[in-house]
Amino acid sequence: MNGRKVTGPVWIQPGVPDNSVTVTLGYGRTRAGRVGTAQGFNAYALRTSAAPWFASGLQIRKTGDRYVLASTQGYQSMDTPNGDHRPLVRETVLEEYHKDPDFAKGQGEEPAPGLTLYKPYPYKEEDYAWGMAIDLNSCVGCNNCMIACQSENNIAVVGKEQCAIGRHMHWIRIDTYYQYPDEAARDRDNPKAFFQPVPCMQCEDAPCEVVCPVGATNHSSEGLNDMVYNRCVGTRYCSNNCPYKVRRFNFLLFQDWVTPQYKMMRNPDVSVRSRGVMEKCTYCVQRINEHKIDAETASVREGKQIKVGDELQTACQQSCPAGAIIFGNINDPESRVSKLKAQSRNYSLLGELNTRPRTTYLAEVSNPNPELKA
Amino acid sequence: MNDRYKTTVDAEQAPVIEPGYTFGTITEKISSIVLTRPASNGWFVGFGVGFMLTMMMLYAIGYLFLKGIGIWGDTIPIGWGFAIVNFVWWIGIGHAGTLISAILLLLRQSWRNSINRFAEAMTLFAVACAGIFPAIHVGRPWLAYWLFPYPSTMGVWPQFRSPLMWDVFAVSTYATISALFWFMGLIPDFATLRDRSDKPVLRIVYGMLSMGWRGSARHWHRYETAYLLLAGLATPLVLSVHTVVSFDFAIGIVPGWHTTIFPPYFVAGAIYSGFAMVLMLAIPIRKIYRLEDFITERHLQNSAKVMLATGLIVAYGYGIEAFMGWYSGDRYDAFTLWNRLHGPYAIPYWSLLTCNIFIPQLLWIKKLRTSPLALFLLSGVILIGMWLERFIIVVVSLSRDFLTSSWGMYYPTRWDWMIFIGTIGMFLAAMFLFLRLLPAISIFEMRTLLPEAEVKE
Repeated sequence: MNGRKVTGPVWIQPGVPDNSVTVTLGYGRTRAGRVGTAQGFNAYALRTSAAPWFASGLQIRKTGDRYVLASTQGYQSMDTPNGDHRPLVRETVLEEYHKDPDFAKGQGEEPAPGLTLYKPYPYKEEDYAWGMAIDLNSCVGCNNCMIACQSENNIAVVGKEQCAIGRHMHWIRIDTYYQYPDEAARDRDNPKAFFQPVPCMQCEDAPCEVVCPVGATNHSSEGLNDMVYNRCVGTRYCSNNCPYKVRRFNFLLFQDWVTPQYKMMRNPDVSVRSRGVMEKCTYCVQRINEHKIDAETASVREGKQIKVGDELQTACQQSCPAGAIIFGNINDPESRVSKLKAQSRNYSLLGELNTRPRTTYLAEVSNPNPELKA
Repeated sequence: MNDRYKTTVDAEQAPVIEPGYTFGTITEKISSIVLTRPASNGWFVGFGVGFMLTMMMLYAIGYLFLKGIGIWGDTIPIGWGFAIVNFVWWIGIGHAGTLISAILLLLRQSWRNSINRFAEAMTLFAVACAGIFPAIHVGRPWLAYWLFPYPSTMGVWPQFRSPLMWDVFAVSTYATISALFWFMGLIPDFATLRDRSDKPVLRIVYGMLSMGWRGSARHWHRYETAYLLLAGLATPLVLSVHTVVSFDFAIGIVPGWHTTIFPPYFVAGAIYSGFAMVLMLAIPIRKIYRLEDFITERHLQNSAKVMLATGLIVAYGYGIEAFMGWYSGDRYDAFTLWNRLHGPYAIPYWSLLTCNIFIPQLLWIKKLRTSPLALFLLSGVILIGMWLERFIIVVVSLSRDFLTSSWGMYYPTRWDWMIFIGTIGMFLAAMFLFLRLLPAISIFEMRTLLPEAEVKE
């Protein structure tokens, strides 16, 4: 561009306007220690103080080189190549919503409760039944929940090579789906993009639990799907059998157990996982227990029963700038999560599999400006 | 007393043993391989290659224990890769040995007498190869014993609802019965070797192994009863072991796994691949050790017919899977079918159909059924096809399941290949040792095939 030159990889994304390129700044170190040296590409070389954010006149030439971009999300669609549409993110426009407020429920039948070989547990009789509602209307796909979860739960950073082959460890991820106006015509220019944060669904009938040969993943009376790291031998059967693929496996020793400084970095309330064990979202069980203990001490002190209320927040919920993630006690009809789950937009992801997930989604209702379309 | 070994010579069929043999010449011919023939250079080369590949496998397993499963190609979503594919493949191969030795014994198929010994050895070695994988594929192999229901002081038991748990029982039972059955069958022959050996060391070793066998009528009576009982115990295992192995998948929720057709189709596939392995071993052995008189055209043809029949059952299984993909109306099953036919793993799937269904139809031609070279090549094709079948079931089903966001690809690493090829080397090395140290064909059962063995009342 005007004599300035940068060599770098190109990632073609749907929905980017023609003849335009977005570059990411902040990479391309020449000297940054063991992990940083000679990594990435320095886009600052294109930037001048006269045009810090936008510039024109760029020319792109193919070098023929190949470069692996480590990414945790592709640019997938909910349409499968055999011409089917999977209703993973359910959405409609405002007009349709007024006509049929229950539209989300109609897109996948959920079997009646109790259809299981095993005796259903009476969760309704417990003090607490933890659940989560994620409002797809609010989620903007900023990834903040992922980072909050990573620091709260001592989640390992696996590095580029491991990430590129699908071994990232995030307990919550943001699935991105593109919806093309005309799938058959392969029109990649005007997609609608959807974001769907996916933590563990904490299924009441969890497929992962029955297949573990050593009983390392079990259900708590409050509806949490708990991992017992000490008991896990690492058969990975649970992950294979998880339809949401939210389980993460320590394929190698991802945590640094040696460097003493890292001890200060970690959350002391959360176990640091070693190689060969499975891990996954716990609904921040350490926070749940902290609040339960506080509530119990307060009950004793004040001589009346005090329950944990909506002040208990998971890390992802706490950090979400859009307030899309709401967690709480679904046995309490007054809790925020219960009220949200009572909405007509509420649906279970893959509910037809009879997993009875505790994490549910509120379908997206958009109100597009008709003038923009033309 | 009994006509278990009664020879049924059909005039139109090739005999199960060529004419002109006596008790003495049979014994001489089989035992000479072990006792008098010097080991050839070819044997040393074969055993050496097998041994080196075994060492390579041990090296790869050592590194695996040091670093973790991450050195393999397994990822999320494909949590099971080569290890499970190889496990199912090897355990399937073992099935033919049990079928030949137990079921054909009960059905009085006397032609089995010349191939049952090494088919049983094959079973044992195949189960040993298979047994490596479940132990090493877990993330923390030093804790793999937690899968066994041992009385722990903490009162912790395995989780009995898990198919992997059932696998532990199925495979360990199978290994135990196969080893016992094989050893029992060897006892009279150990005694023969003891009596014929001129080296004192060998006499002592074979003498201990023969457990005091003198060949008295009382010995034979007890032996026959015990052998029949063991055959009765082993028979249900032919059906149950691979049924339980198939539960690993059929119980799962993954589209492509969750099918009720799996147990019968796995068992048929196991026998299919097992007979292919029997032929791949029998054809060179009869050639090198000039045993064409004992392992005759009839044996080759019968094995080929079994392969043709089980191959058709397997083809039926594929057909039903495809049909149910459409008929069930389940969008995930429908996509699994589409993905196999057109997805990124279409080449393995079409190769599987070619190797397992299309090419083996050549077995309808009698000329090929009686040609050792053609059978050897066809068996190789079938073994590749059956391996691909397990690859399609395990890896391809996992690669694209419910959420399109979580689809992935599986790329085996060199460690995956080293361990897989290493088990083939281990199998070969064990087979070579077996040929030199033990009678590869049952001497006493062969003797019963002679017309003079028939007891007249």
